[in-house]
Amino acid sequence: MSTTTTLTAESRPGLSPHVRLKQDRARGGWVLLGPERVLMLDDLAAEVLGLCDSAASIGDMADVLAGRHSAPRAEVLGDVIEMLQNLHDKGLLIV
Amino acid sequence: MTAPGPPLALLAELTHRCPLGCPYCSNPLALERVRDELDTATWQRVIDEAASLGALQIHFSGGEPMVRTDLVALVAHAHAAGLYTNLITSAVLLDERRLPPLQEAGLDHVQISLQDTLAENADRIAGYPGGHAKKLKAARLVRGAGLALTINAVMHRQNLAHLPEMIELAVELGAGRLEVAQVQYYGWALKNRASLIPTRDEVSQAVKIVAAARERLKGRLVIDHVVPDYYAKRPKACMGGWARQFINLTPSGLALPCHAAQGIPQLRFDNVRDRPLGEIWEHSDAFERFRGTSWMAEPCRSCERREIDWGGCRCQAMAILGDAAATDPACALSPHHPALLALAKTESAEAVPPEFAYRRYAKAEVEPASA
Ligand code: SF4
Ligand code: SF4
Repeated sequence: MSTTTTLTAESRPGLSPHVRLKQDRARGGWVLLGPERVLMLDDLAAEVLGLCDSAASIGDMADVLAGRHSAPRAEVLGDVIEMLQNLHDKGLLIV
Repeated sequence: MTAPGPPLALLAELTHRCPLGCPYCSNPLALERVRDELDTATWQRVIDEAASLGALQIHFSGGEPMVRTDLVALVAHAHAAGLYTNLITSAVLLDERRLPPLQEAGLDHVQISLQDTLAENADRIAGYPGGHAKKLKAARLVRGAGLALTINAVMHRQNLAHLPEMIELAVELGAGRLEVAQVQYYGWALKNRASLIPTRDEVSQAVKIVAAARERLKGRLVIDHVVPDYYAKRPKACMGGWARQFINLTPSGLALPCHAAQGIPQLRFDNVRDRPLGEIWEHSDAFERFRGTSWMAEPCRSCERREIDWGGCRCQAMAILGDAAATDPACALSPHHPALLALAKTESAEAVPPEFAYRRYAKAEVEPASA
């Protein structure tokens, strides 16, 4: 019985209900907050998570990010999926 | 000493009152009285101070935080201050009437402790008949309301055999996270150690069960596992390092670097009634004493792990060795580690564990917990 979900370009991730994305004024940058977890985010991660609204697909997000950073879309897509899969496995994202 | 970074979280022990009597309760043996508890306005001021210091989370705990009638006001205040709010509760007072206002106040997360999967044994361990059924009901209520839930399963030799069932129960209840918290030996748990400590084999078995469940439930249930460190090779980074991440406030307003810190008699604690929290964080004697690495003696002083585990737990060094500045005896590099291990082996091998000494107020001064 494996219940692991594999994210794809079609997945529409959102933050899990108990997770908050918050600007951290004392330390600078953004953090992802859960009950026993505080994840300091780098700029890119914060940007990606800001797009996770359960409406946009990961493909849509890759379009936006590739445009903003003038980077190859395929590469961006791969990076974003990897990052979000990791957060999903930690229970921080829902799809 | 250089100024510390900002604290991550405030652990707010709102009260030491609790209807339950868990023999491993992390509260000190000398429980604080209701007449000494901080009032609402003081808690609210301290919450603001914590937020402006840079704290990101607040954990409302106790005792049983729900016996405080101002809990909703405090949650609302913390939420407005931008803190992530977590309620750590036994849940026996959490019902259809109490939950909605908490949720409206902005509560982010609820953590419910379970004593076992079998109602009868769970109620015996908590010293509270009917408690287990109430907890299950409350857990379902929390999930039904769409709130996130952690199950905190406190495990020891008298329930560890039910770990697989506990994992299933957490899934069935819809928890996003399960904390398999094997008892750590401070406060009441230290007093009851011989009744609680599992054998090393039982612990390794539990580690395997958790590893398999983690893999199987990836993306569905996060499992955190705290193992009894008597059997470890290296100690845990207690509180993420002394006075590096947490401020623990007792019901009467004493600021502690760790909930067990009062076990160290030579520390002087400040009270938030007398001093702003920021000053306490930076300058309080109790916080400064073991912050960083300069207090360390060998083997910690020259150890490459000194900024990983920060020398382990000061309170355990105190409790076991009578010296709070010694290397945590849970560390295999401590000369006292073999003795600790021997003690764990002897106590856990007792065929019949001794009777529990239930957590309670000292006699003749019983403090009834009212909802
Ligand atoms: S551990 Fe048990 S006795 Fe102690 S506060 Fe929690 S529920 Fe109450
Ligand atoms: S000697 Fe000290 S710093 Fe090194 S592992 Fe042991 S407790 Fe940690």
